[in-house]
Amino acid sequence: MSADGPETFEDLYRELEETVRRLDAGGQPLDEAIALYERGMHLVKRCQELLDAAELRVVTLQQLFAAEQPASPDV
Amino acid sequence: MLIIPVSDLCAMVREVLESDPRLGDVWVMGEVSNLRRPSSGHIYFTLKDAYGQLRCAFFRRDNARSRVALDNGLQIVAHGYVSFYPANGDLQLYVDFVHEQGVGLLHLEFERLKERLAAEGLFDASRKRPLPEFPRRIGVVTSPDGAVLHDICHVLRRRWPLVEVLLAPTQVQGDGAVDGVCRAIENLCAVRDVDVIIVARGGGSVEDLWTFNEEGVARAIFAAKVPVISAVGHETDYTIADFVADVRAPTPSAAAELVCPDRAEVAVRLQALGDALERHLAERLRAARADVAALRAALQRGRPDLAALRGRVEGQARWATEYFRRAIGARRAALDRQAARLQALSPAGTLARGYALVRRAPAGPVVRRVADAAPGDPLRVAVADGEFQATVIE
Repeated sequence: MSADGPETFEDLYRELEETVRRLDAGGQPLDEAIALYERGMHLVKRCQELLDAAELRVVTLQQLFAAEQPASPDV
Repeated sequence: MLIIPVSDLCAMVREVLESDPRLGDVWVMGEVSNLRRPSSGHIYFTLKDAYGQLRCAFFRRDNARSRVALDNGLQIVAHGYVSFYPANGDLQLYVDFVHEQGVGLLHLEFERLKERLAAEGLFDASRKRPLPEFPRRIGVVTSPDGAVLHDICHVLRRRWPLVEVLLAPTQVQGDGAVDGVCRAIENLCAVRDVDVIIVARGGGSVEDLWTFNEEGVARAIFAAKVPVISAVGHETDYTIADFVADVRAPTPSAAAELVCPDRAEVAVRLQALGDALERHLAERLRAARADVAALRAALQRGRPDLAALRGRVEGQARWATEYFRRAIGARRAALDRQAARLQALSPAGTLARGYALVRRAPAGPVVRRVADAAPGDPLRVAVADGEFQATVIE
């Protein structure tokens, strides 16, 4: 996964952890709790998709400098 | 012929000695004698062997970090430079490092650099940075040809293929290797999103790994903006780079294991987080249902009890009926008593006792005295059981 995309695994995962924490802490109205739950389940799904779809990319510095779009030859 | 002062000649001797590179960076071995430790903290001694001797000065700033306990008779290897001290005309070795004899030169260089960099703080535990939990781009400094890159990629592909490997290829041994490794580290640090760097080299002899014992490489690792993992040689090989790096990995494959989480383990964590979401929401729903039930119960408690009200009203009605019945009875009894008293006072009672009531006929006034009646007047006389007519005779 390239870090250029808006979604990084770490961002999604951190948001998921925070969502679980907030739902666990409670205190929000029920409809908000349901919205948190739905967001959290969506994040779980996105993270799982990223894990399943990922393929290791290997580029060299030269390739990166030559083209801003890094090619992906494997080793 | 020129005559010059002693001090000028001394200065010349000193200049000659200090300008010779062979004397500026020298290792000398010999036996310690005439050891002196004045209160200044500097150490002075003589190094000697069977055929010569040399005065040595080991100043406090250099001897403070030395772990060798110098003593007369000790065989040592000393490092330093040769110069001349004009004040007393001594040619001296200015020592900056000593080691007990019996080890090879490479080891001595290693120990000397390690001691110096440690004193400078390059190995301090306090500057070790934690590795990112989910790295995005891993910079790898290694040879493009060896098995090292392949090993690292193999592990990453299995454990965490979400990452991008950015290879900074460089030679890792021989001439130019130090510059190459330093430049590779610097270049990787300049690339956006590189959040950790692995400096790696496969196994080899001490000489093969020497690049990673060079001061330049140590300083490049120290200067890196992101955490650096060193992975040089085999498990038993320790290099200066290992001491400077934020994390030392025993092998390149181990570095790849350390640098990223395991996909399967993270999948389990995701599952657990999803389960936690389910659990928390179920708990919230259960609590909400309990709230509704409690409210309903409260509502029911607050509703007026019509049957009880009706009972109360009926009871009061019964009481009122009874009350009035009794009151009426009491009044009636009182009335009867009054009636009896009236009865007692009525003329009928008197008549019954034998008196008579005389009135002028046909319905005139009661005759109370003689003057009320004249002879010949008709009268009506009432007795107990009736009336009869009478006439006044006289």
